[in-house]
Amino acid sequence: MEQKNNNEDVRLMKGNEALAEAAIRAGMDAYFGYPITPQSEILEYFTREIPNRGGVVLQAESEVASINMIYGAAGAGARVMTSSSSPGISLMQEGLSYIASAQLPCLVVNVVRGGPGLGTIQPSQGDYFQSVKGGGHGDYHLIVLAPASVQEMADHVFEGFRLAEKYNNPAMILTDGALGQMMEKVVLPPEGSLPKVEKPWATTGKLKDRKANIITSLFIQPEKMEQINLDLQAKYKALQKEVRFEKIGCDDAEVILVAFGLSARICQKAVDLAREKGIRAGLLRPITLYPFPTDELRRLSEKVDFMLVVEMNAGQMVEDVRLASMGRCPVHFKGRMGGMIPNPEEIFAEIEALHEKQSASFVKEA
Amino acid sequence: METEELTNELELVYSKPETLKDVPFHYCPGCSHSVAHRVIMEVVQELGIQEETIGVAPVGCSVFAYHYMNVDMQQAAHGRASAVATGIKRVLPDKYVFSYQGDGDLAAIGTAETIHTVNRGENILMVFINNGIYGMTGGQMAPTSLPGQITSTSPYGRDTADVGFPLKITELVAMLPGALYVSRHAVHTPNAVRKFKKAITKSFEYQKQKRGTCFIEVVSNCPSGWKMTPVDTIKYIEEVMFPSYPLGDIKVPKDENI
Repeated sequence: MEQKNNNEDVRLMKGNEALAEAAIRAGMDAYFGYPITPQSEILEYFTREIPNRGGVVLQAESEVASINMIYGAAGAGARVMTSSSSPGISLMQEGLSYIASAQLPCLVVNVVRGGPGLGTIQPSQGDYFQSVKGGGHGDYHLIVLAPASVQEMADHVFEGFRLAEKYNNPAMILTDGALGQMMEKVVLPPEGSLPKVEKPWATTGKLKDRKANIITSLFIQPEKMEQINLDLQAKYKALQKEVRFEKIGCDDAEVILVAFGLSARICQKAVDLAREKGIRAGLLRPITLYPFPTDELRRLSEKVDFMLVVEMNAGQMVEDVRLASMGRCPVHFKGRMGGMIPNPEEIFAEIEALHEKQSASFVKEA
Repeated sequence: METEELTNELELVYSKPETLKDVPFHYCPGCSHSVAHRVIMEVVQELGIQEETIGVAPVGCSVFAYHYMNVDMQQAAHGRASAVATGIKRVLPDKYVFSYQGDGDLAAIGTAETIHTVNRGENILMVFINNGIYGMTGGQMAPTSLPGQITSTSPYGRDTADVGFPLKITELVAMLPGALYVSRHAVHTPNAVRKFKKAITKSFEYQKQKRGTCFIEVVSNCPSGWKMTPVDTIKYIEEVMFPSYPLGDIKVPKDENI
């Protein structure tokens, strides 16, 4: 029998609620948000819990207001978070650009729904480009984490705050409507287990012995603005060591699937199906989407017959996988869009077809 | 007698407050911003709250307010100063927080944030500089430009049938229960400056009581944008602006009603 640890706080929770509970336990000082499906449970959870447990929660008049409240509160030194879903995250892009430039730590959660436009409330991964390439104006990056379970929805809150505060950079949890809505077992981290960090730059009131602190993203002289950009780029370079990924069955693999979040979970099943049929398949799941596991993908691309990238979009991360593999192996794509979720069988069918085609071409070349 | 000896015997009655940095303003000669900046910082100095005050600068001519105001400051995105101020005040509820915005910032792109900040009764001071024009971008029509006013984007005069009437956002926010103190001022004469200063002082005192938003409009000028000499702008303020934007209290705290 499995040894049970009685100290563990195990619960059955929705992804959105596990994430919200984790934020309270991570010592979040303030949350500002606006309702949008499929993430409204996060705002609801905070408005229910925070009045009894301390902290700030405020329902803003828009996502534009939310992200600017985040700017203000983060600049004042608080550990802050907002959440939304795709259309709302689009509204936040200007604010995120300011936050990235002013180098303020904060956590933004995007529970992605199908787009473009008002789209659908069903799950999607259509916001990959927006999340990992910056999203707003100017040269910047968010730190992007991609949970694949309710457990990771909770864990990534801690990781998101930790990385944001380590690098003074906005972090994003890029999840989707299915992970937000589904219920799973989750082991909740203990309250107060994320230490607070010193923020001597924060606008908390100018003390006599220091100059006034200023939070700004305006550097009107091009020489100064270029230096700010160089500083940001140096930070992004330093960030690369924080890359995280999970490898399943990659050691002997002839075929590697690459997928994140929900589609990675589905791919795990497809890998099992392929193995049952004698195809040595493996899965690489990026846990951080920025930084991206480029080096690991390059290594894998040298020893496999082909890669298959599976996403719930029209093909976004596949571009980064192709850049990593640099033509060392074929990189194929299988995607569903608009809120449709691929099933393991259709992914397996794709693996099988590509595998046959690849074997046939090897025979032909031989 | 040497100059030093002479001045030593004189009583110092006026000097630059420590709450203003020792740098020259970049504002155009005759612009109201310099006076408004100084008055707000004088009040911060006199109330002894420099260590407890956080300001929010807008996008517009006063984007660099933090170059001059010697308090901790944040520079907000265009129109979002009151949302940024809300974020600061909510996590530092015992500090004094003020925002400083022009008419394009506060009454056009930031209208939603303005209305909702006041409606929530955020315990902050919102300073609204209204000169009826977009100064920094080169003199375009503002939400508060007057009917018939010629600007670079209303070259035939503001046509109210086409683009509507000036938005009297100060009267508008005064209607909201969250507004505690709403008052319209100017800084074009010494007397007006004194009244403005009194309003700013009251606003910071009210903020301590946490009873709602204080909103102070300053009917201002823009010599460059209006294409007038500073002296002519004073005349224009009095003759053309005041009839549309009359000075005085629009809303005062209930217990101070006569």
